[in-house]
Amino acid sequence: MGAGIARVIARAGCETICHDVAPEGLARARAVTAKFFASSVKRGRMAEGEDAAALARMTDTTDLAALAEADLVIEAVFEDLAAKQELFGRLNTLCKPETLFASNTSTLSITEIASGCGREDRVVGMHFCLPAELMKLVEMSRGMNTATAAFDAAWAWVKGAGQVPVETQDRPGFILNAVLVPFNNDVIRAIEAGVAEPADIDLAVKAGLGYRMGPCELIDLIGLDTQVRLCEAFYPVTLNPRAAAPPLLRRMVAAGHLGRKAGRGFYDYREEAGA
Amino acid sequence: MSDCEIVLHGESRSFPVRDGALAESRAGAPVLLHLGQVGEVAPEPRRAAVLIELDTECLSVHLGDYPGAERANTLGFARYRNGNDAPTNLVELVRPDGAEPEALAAARAFFESIGCQVAVCADRPGRIVDRLVRPKYNDALRFLDDGLATATAMDMTCRMGLGYPDGLIERTERGGLARHHEICAALQELTGNPAYAPARRAVVAMQRKARR
Ligand SMILES: NC(=O)c1ccc[n+]([C@@H]2O[C@H](COP(=O)([O-])OP(=O)(O)OC[C@H]3O[C@@H](n4cnc5c(N)ncnc54)[C@H](O)[C@@H]3O)[C@@H](O)[C@H]2O)c1
Repeated sequence: MGAGIARVIARAGCETICHDVAPEGLARARAVTAKFFASSVKRGRMAEGEDAAALARMTDTTDLAALAEADLVIEAVFEDLAAKQELFGRLNTLCKPETLFASNTSTLSITEIASGCGREDRVVGMHFCLPAELMKLVEMSRGMNTATAAFDAAWAWVKGAGQVPVETQDRPGFILNAVLVPFNNDVIRAIEAGVAEPADIDLAVKAGLGYRMGPCELIDLIGLDTQVRLCEAFYPVTLNPRAAAPPLLRRMVAAGHLGRKAGRGFYDYREEAGA
Repeated sequence: MSDCEIVLHGESRSFPVRDGALAESRAGAPVLLHLGQVGEVAPEPRRAAVLIELDTECLSVHLGDYPGAERANTLGFARYRNGNDAPTNLVELVRPDGAEPEALAAARAFFESIGCQVAVCADRPGRIVDRLVRPKYNDALRFLDDGLATATAMDMTCRMGLGYPDGLIERTERGGLARHHEICAALQELTGNPAYAPARRAVVAMQRKARR
């Protein structure tokens, strides 16, 4: 996710420092980025030569201190409150006072992530959609202590980068996941209750509602293990029974039917993959 | 295979206009189509399929929970439609327990021959689409009341972030909040599931309709 966000930033003309604890992840991401920019030029979405220029604006580092002079730091570390708090706490001691901190969290509270970092007034929620380099929408939220000027500056930056910001309150899952997580669970429960087969549900949703993807196709793409993790983030804070992981979902994860990446989920992809 | 006999029971939500293959009804055709607000229908075991249009009710309202062999060719259906939007091409085909596979195949062939896409489901409240979307529409209406975001922001998130052709709020409002209430109330009665409890905005729409 972080690599996709970095592509958005570099494409927008900003100097972009990509920080990760794992150097091999940075190298992998750089190769994908080069390919992506090259194909953007081929498709006419980027001017000739702009691919090399954008790539040249990106540097990789495993040294957090390299971010000291950044105007904006967008964190996209794994979804864990303590990890994000610790990171912002360390960044606070390293970065210049004006640096804005943004979190790409999908489910955690911006107020809680900012809590104790030392610059709670300059932390905002900035939730990109996957893949960030192709999806324009960014859900933005203020923590309880976020200053208006900081939020406005972050909002203007997102717009300037060619993305489309929408404002939401700092609530579990913002808009997108608050809609999607219970809906996906409802779909899984309908399958478990024998209401219809996954293919019939997908067909009904696409033909009847005009959604681009059927929900079973989408869950297979997201990963069933990720859906469990989303449920585990949501249910304890919302106590919404529809956000609790359905038993069928847990059984499928236990059986290794994790979705596309595992070759099978609600659909079987093994033949497609040539297995 | 689009040869059918049509029995009209008032206005049909699925086929408000009967043109093309449905323009003609032929007595004794293999497929018998009951359109509109269908009441009690006599068994017709010699037909390839007997098809009953459904609204919010389960097919078992027409057939009972144990239909018996003479009704094993009888299935339910509804063509999906958001409020008074034009009907979509989706036909939800309701297969009761014990339905003949031949009747299912005949029903599918019939609907496909008139250009519809067929999704098969069991005889459960809300079939596929309403079962899944109504709680989501209630969520969206409640989020609006709770100040999570503006309707515009929510609708934009659905279109740009989730790939929906329209936002949940615009869709629910276009389909009619009173109609949403009607469907939710039916599903809540049938399931007891509080996710179908109509959101405040839908209850208000219903109350305003009653006052007029
Ligand atoms: N995957 C999605 O669909 C998606 C969509 C929107 C938002 N998000 C959010 O983005 C964030 C990241 O998700 P992901 O799926 O990319 O996770 P991931 O686990 O795939 O990637 C996390 C990356 O962070 C690195 N990392 C871990 N600790 C670090 C640290 N202390 N400093 C620097 N780098 C560190 C890891 O090496 C890894 O490369 C999460 O908050 C998630 O909720 C994910």
